[in-house]
Amino acid sequence: MPRVTFTANLQRHLDVPSLEASGARVCEVLAAVFEQRPLLRSYIVDDQGRLRRHVNVFVNSVLITDREGLSDAVRPDDEVFVFQALSGG
Amino acid sequence: MGEHILVATRKGLFGVGFNGVAGDPRPVGFLGDPVSAVMQNEQDGAIYAALNLGHFGAKLHRSDDFGLTWTELPVPAYPPGEGEDAASLKFIWTLARGGLEQPKRLWAGTLPGGLFRSDDRGESWELVESLWNQPSRSEWFGGGYDDPGIHSINVDDNGRLVVGISCGGVWISEDDGESWTLGGKGLAADYMPPDRRNDPTIQDPHRLAVCQAAPDTVWCQHHCGIFRSDDGGHTFTEIKEVAPSAFGFAVAAHPQDPKTAWFVPAVKDACRVPVDGRFVVTRTRDGGASFETLSKGLPQETAFDLVYRHALAVGGDGRALIMGSTTGALWLSEDAGESWRLLSTHLPPIAQVCFVGKP
Repeated sequence: MPRVTFTANLQRHLDVPSLEASGARVCEVLAAVFEQRPLLRSYIVDDQGRLRRHVNVFVNSVLITDREGLSDAVRPDDEVFVFQALSGG
Repeated sequence: MGEHILVATRKGLFGVGFNGVAGDPRPVGFLGDPVSAVMQNEQDGAIYAALNLGHFGAKLHRSDDFGLTWTELPVPAYPPGEGEDAASLKFIWTLARGGLEQPKRLWAGTLPGGLFRSDDRGESWELVESLWNQPSRSEWFGGGYDDPGIHSINVDDNGRLVVGISCGGVWISEDDGESWTLGGKGLAADYMPPDRRNDPTIQDPHRLAVCQAAPDTVWCQHHCGIFRSDDGGHTFTEIKEVAPSAFGFAVAAHPQDPKTAWFVPAVKDACRVPVDGRFVVTRTRDGGASFETLSKGLPQETAFDLVYRHALAVGGDGRALIMGSTTGALWLSEDAGESWRLLSTHLPPIAQVCFVGKP
């Protein structure tokens, strides 16, 4: 099952340790994460489910390309990183 | 209930006289984070603070123990839409309690222009679609921000709602938000072509303030001047020749006397600093027929303070006033603005101030 790790900057606001979440695409993995932690959703995506402008998601070391639909593929042994972008904010 | 003061700033929530701790003003929560709105529902004493976290979006917290601890609440969310322009919450600009028969009701005014309602103390939110679906919403535009936003929500004891939108005019509901009437007739926008100058749809009321005891009186600090309504916001009359300037953002209405209101002038929209470097408050006590310029205790040279639309508040007695500026200065008056006491010159930029009572 993919492991999801969050930027330490989120820890200021929410208790979000690394956790495992199932899914074959980033949107599915994050949906599983939000199922466990509903308040986390609005920190990562906007009301339409799009990745927040100043949040980046990597699958292993690769930045995802579909920021609107989060359709990038995730394999069971992948690690997903949710980072704060160094722009804006 | 003793009166205390909360100050929402770019870098946290600050308190004055808060929980009896010395060293005011001092941080009481969210240090480092922009606080976009703060309010107390005096019906149950709960305090609400909205944050505008740059990277992580808008957030909302409630304290049921007068600021000792905070609980994060869900934020209002716009319904699913199509395309890249589908709406998403930018931030919460203002919060307001419900009517006297609605102790759990909250209203939230947001960017990009949605009014939201909660009937469970902020635990869940619903978009007020009757306003969101107004056909004229397509004419709204941003004023100060890229998107239109709701900054004023006045709820009077009869249940009437008067809402101010920059730039979307003045909207009135007599039936708890079920239906809406576009008010604001008489407002004038000199940023529009002549034929649309008086179009109520595109007005920029910087702030609306209602006299609590006489809610038909609505004061408006507009982008293009000062206006007063005597019919609950349906029609307005411009008050001209206000010295030193009729431009500003904030207005506070006396809670009992409909003829008294306070404003904080700046030069003009293209130069948002005090006139001649003298920082003053203007007050009318005769419905706008005349204004006094109040300066005692305020900087009278090389001052560049600007007071945002939510950063001037009057207490329930009509004598206490609190005022904060974008350059981080905070003043208190205990004599209806005749004189001011400087509480700090070095707070972060101040977005909102409010008086709160300890239950």
